[in-house]
Amino acid sequence: MNEAIQLILFLGLLAVLSPLLGKFMAKVFMGEKHMMKPVLGWLEKLVYRLSGIKSVEEMNWKTYLYAVLLFNLFGFVFLFVLQMLQSYLPLNTEKLPNVSWHLSFNTAMSFTTNTNWQSYSGENTLSYLVQMLGLTVQNFVSAATGIAVVLALIRGLTRKTTDALGNFWTDMTRGVLYVLLPLSILLTIALVSQGAVQTFSHYVKATTLQGPEQVIPLGPAASQIAIKQLGTNGGGFFNANSAHPFENPTPFSNFLELFSIIIISAGLVFTFGHYMKSKRQARAIFITMFALFALGLAISLWAEYGHNNMLNVSGSMEGKEARFGVMNSVLWSVTTTVTSNGSVNAMHDSLSPISGMIAMFNLMLGEIIFGGVGSGLYGIIIFIILTVFIAGLMVGRTPEYLGKKIEAFEMKMTILAVLAPAIVIKIFSAIACSVPAGLSSLNNAGPHGLSEILYAFSSAAGNNGSAFGGLNANTVFYNLMIGFGMLIGRFGIIVPVMAIAGSMAEKKITPVSSGTFRTDNWLFVMLLIGVILIVGGLTFFPALALGPIVEHFLMNLGIGF
Amino acid sequence: MEKRNIRLFSRDIAIQAFKDSFVKLNPALLVKNPVIFIVGIGALLTTIVVFGDIYSGNFSNFNFQITLWLWFTILFANFAEAVAEGRGKAQADSLRKSRILTKARKLLNNKEEFVLATDLRKGDIVICDTGDIIPADGDVIEGIASVDESAITGESAPVIRESGGDRCAVTGGTKVISDRIIIKVTSEPGFTFLDRIIAMVEGAKRQKTPNEIALIILLSGLTIIFLLVVVSLPAYFGYSLKASGISASHNLTLPVLISLLVCLIPTTIGGLLSAIGISGMDRLLRKNVIATSGRAIEAAGDTDVLLLDKTGTITLGNRMAIEFLPAEGISVEQLADAAQLASLADETPEGRSVVVLAKEQFNIRAREMQTLDTVFIPFTAQTSMSGIDLKNQDGQIRRIRKGSAAAIRKFIENNDGFFPENVGEIVSVISRLGATPLVVAENNQVLGVIHLKDIVKGGIKQRFAQLRLMGIRTIMITGDNFQTAAAIAAEAGVDDFLAEAKPEDKLQRIREEQANGHLVGMIGDGTNDAPALAQADVGLAMNTGTQAAREAGNMVDLDSNPTKLIEVVETGKQLLMTRGALTTFSIANDVAKYFAIIPAIAILLYTTPSGVSPLNALNIMKLTSPESAILSAVIFNALIIVALIPLALKGVKYRPISANRVLALNILIYGFGGILIPFIGIKLIDMLLVSINMI
Repeated sequence: MNEAIQLILFLGLLAVLSPLLGKFMAKVFMGEKHMMKPVLGWLEKLVYRLSGIKSVEEMNWKTYLYAVLLFNLFGFVFLFVLQMLQSYLPLNTEKLPNVSWHLSFNTAMSFTTNTNWQSYSGENTLSYLVQMLGLTVQNFVSAATGIAVVLALIRGLTRKTTDALGNFWTDMTRGVLYVLLPLSILLTIALVSQGAVQTFSHYVKATTLQGPEQVIPLGPAASQIAIKQLGTNGGGFFNANSAHPFENPTPFSNFLELFSIIIISAGLVFTFGHYMKSKRQARAIFITMFALFALGLAISLWAEYGHNNMLNVSGSMEGKEARFGVMNSVLWSVTTTVTSNGSVNAMHDSLSPISGMIAMFNLMLGEIIFGGVGSGLYGIIIFIILTVFIAGLMVGRTPEYLGKKIEAFEMKMTILAVLAPAIVIKIFSAIACSVPAGLSSLNNAGPHGLSEILYAFSSAAGNNGSAFGGLNANTVFYNLMIGFGMLIGRFGIIVPVMAIAGSMAEKKITPVSSGTFRTDNWLFVMLLIGVILIVGGLTFFPALALGPIVEHFLMNLGIGF
Repeated sequence: MEKRNIRLFSRDIAIQAFKDSFVKLNPALLVKNPVIFIVGIGALLTTIVVFGDIYSGNFSNFNFQITLWLWFTILFANFAEAVAEGRGKAQADSLRKSRILTKARKLLNNKEEFVLATDLRKGDIVICDTGDIIPADGDVIEGIASVDESAITGESAPVIRESGGDRCAVTGGTKVISDRIIIKVTSEPGFTFLDRIIAMVEGAKRQKTPNEIALIILLSGLTIIFLLVVVSLPAYFGYSLKASGISASHNLTLPVLISLLVCLIPTTIGGLLSAIGISGMDRLLRKNVIATSGRAIEAAGDTDVLLLDKTGTITLGNRMAIEFLPAEGISVEQLADAAQLASLADETPEGRSVVVLAKEQFNIRAREMQTLDTVFIPFTAQTSMSGIDLKNQDGQIRRIRKGSAAAIRKFIENNDGFFPENVGEIVSVISRLGATPLVVAENNQVLGVIHLKDIVKGGIKQRFAQLRLMGIRTIMITGDNFQTAAAIAAEAGVDDFLAEAKPEDKLQRIREEQANGHLVGMIGDGTNDAPALAQADVGLAMNTGTQAAREAGNMVDLDSNPTKLIEVVETGKQLLMTRGALTTFSIANDVAKYFAIIPAIAILLYTTPSGVSPLNALNIMKLTSPESAILSAVIFNALIIVALIPLALKGVKYRPISANRVLALNILIYGFGGILIPFIGIKLIDMLLVSINMI
């Protein structure tokens, strides 16, 4: 009963608060008056003055994209070097050694691409300096990058006959300053009040009741946790992520962290609505995401609460935190995989085959159900374009979205954006399960081993960062493969999305009439859901059949791995 | 236009198409269609496998049948295209018959010489007399003649062609049936109107349209995605075999992988796409409209504003007398009688309608007036009236006139009469109704007014309502004044009108609409329509129009029927709908194929000691064996192309309802139908295969 109330509260608050946040963000990015301006406006101006940014100067898509790529390249190199040199740098209280080149590469790629795949365990590998100056900073700016890219796309879709898509530096600054920073501060304070740690102290040594000495790692965790949740980053301060009591101490903190994962991505949908001047359009997208989210959640809950023939229990607690229980673990696993967050409060490796499959399928769809901050929205817009193109013809007009004709160029870019993550998931996984370097990392046999590999590359391609923990990923092979997977999964979509933004901005807008293919009604919502499930399903069904699906049937036959 | 109605599959077309299906196996031709080309490569590979099998003495019936059906898949797709082209060719042949080698009488330095029609160049001057075939496209520069254009239009009634004005264009291949004209040739040999029509109809110059290109990109993208699926599958499968403890030699064979690939890639729409495009043009041609490019037909589907000329499109073209309204002290019969007398020599439709109305209402018979005492006064632009002068029994001259109120007022005042006030009122009432008042006077007395009305075509209002439902706005263009235009616009139910329109206004209006994001369709015939026709997204030129108009537009209506524009739009929409419907159907089909093939290929994996194959739970169709399942899916995939050829050629049924309802309906039929039908089809094929022991 208590769990049902929590679930309803979660979904209810999501539906109520995201339009409000969306409106606020619209004001921020449109440069209108908003409540944070009096508080932080001076800082925005200061940033522009110090960096010499002409904040009103708009960019075309190529300039904007160039700024995105340059900024991220710089972030990557900085983070890479920082890890390689951490032993020479301050704030390394535990005297941790320099990080290996391939792990540095993987981690730097992981945090600049908003993935936060962690081949390392935070407390044993990275100094406080790297965690704060490297990871936390990237947590902010990689999320803001996502927002900036989707803003450029939104402007491209809603403006007409122009090449101006806004200014990347302005969008980045505003995103960090007015959206991510204030929300993070609020969340940090709330988490600290619940008992999350925030300190520069040495790790604490304690003697347990049984006698042996135990090291209890500490650190400035709460502030990093706040942004890791809000920015759909997901990279935990500690290895156990949000299952760790210092990261996620109470059911209330659990609720707050869970909600923070999804709220900005959901809010951006309504920001889009403000740019379109159509709440109906935004609502249609929101309902689509919400329905897919609820569907995945329902199936997962059914699978987890259902009877397990092998263990002969219902509602298996294997791999789950006793503090949170089944519902909160499942809700988290679905929430963290529909968004590209990837933080966990339970071990996905131990989920039942079907709810593990739902988590994996969410990743494979490309993180478009709410998705990453910014990236979720531009991801689903790619699917909207696909849907409009396939079905739009059936009304007897060449396809258009928001009055903009979808032509060969947009189709080409859309296909590229769909192909990029599919190549990573299908081909990289195929390589990994064919070569010894890939297979030797497996801890599990049978179909579950295949699931672990598929999950890893789906997580990389979707920039999620969560894992089926059975895979030992800190090897040269996996660090490089997953590193490149994250790169392709991120920029293989951003580049075509920016190209679409540019070409859409230059088009005219056909006024709406009764001959228009409507994208703001129930029919479209169902159509979009259908295309997402069928196209996604068709692409990944064979792989899933040989992984989690066969595992499920085997489990029902009483065979496990 | 019965003669153009070529049956869907006539014997000749089918035989020719059958031959062409094999000719089209040429890789250079096949590569133009990426989806089918991939099937071609697959078929080639399996063929090699089959020969390898035979060579090594392990002939596999399964591999052989798969190979056979893969080749059938390609042949069926080729057949679809060939049938569509064949139908076009049949049309072209009927046109080509008129292009017999004619001799032309070329005029050079005022001397006539005989040359071959094919040797005529642009700018040459030729003479045509009664019975001559016009040797080339041109403009009449001297004379007037009636011309039989049935070779092109199929319309047997001759048309008048004369120098100057908007009816000066003649087309090569048509025949002069009376009089003599001198023509200036306007086309180079091989590029005449007829040549271009033939090329267009045959699809020789057919270029892919923008939407078709975008769709091909989508289909190629899907093909690549499924290629990834199939290419990566052996790796997963190899892993699973090892995990099940089975030797790696049981990994998926090439024919099985290719079968899976061919079933998944969108072969249905890929195979039918060009047939849909060709038949779109063909359907237009059946309506006697020739599009100069496929792009124009697509644009027609997108059009959301139609500029329609009032005369001919919305109204019958001629005003009709519907009522006699006498002046004070005059009886209706008296007015009717005078009006009829004044109209007897008036051969215009308006004049005739006055005669008819008088006869219908008052049984006043038309009289024979060809006596010496009668003088007909024809209508002139200067006087704005017409009428008759005739002597009555007393020898007095009755001077009866009918004309505009202003003209008659002048006529009366010149004769020392006065223009009664109540007639002035009647005149303004009729004007306000959007009709034309024609005042009738005799000598110095005004008798009354004839109410001439523009007759709006029957059913046109419903037609416009349908268009509105489809999201198309109609704008009536008329030279009438604002009041008249407003009244007719209201009666016809158009959305907007442009009164007192000059050709420049039309162009201006088109530019405005386009600037607001609309796509505009219009009809034109005159030379001064040419700029607007060129500017419009769909410019439908009348065949009777000038050469300039025909060049400027991107479609020509051979019947010169202004209502045709609406049918053109419908054809465009139908073309796009057919494409969308078959794409949706094709993708939806894949669901069932997965449920057939995946359990089939995974039959060996993770089998329990008791022999249960866990993934057999996905075999919801309960197909007999792995081989029959895969073969059934491949056969279904091939046969569905053939089954859908008629739909591709005829187009999805067009309904004049709103986009939303069209969509809902099409999704129901092609989306849900596309998911369900293959489940049934594959199951039936499986049952059949097993019952005849094919597998």
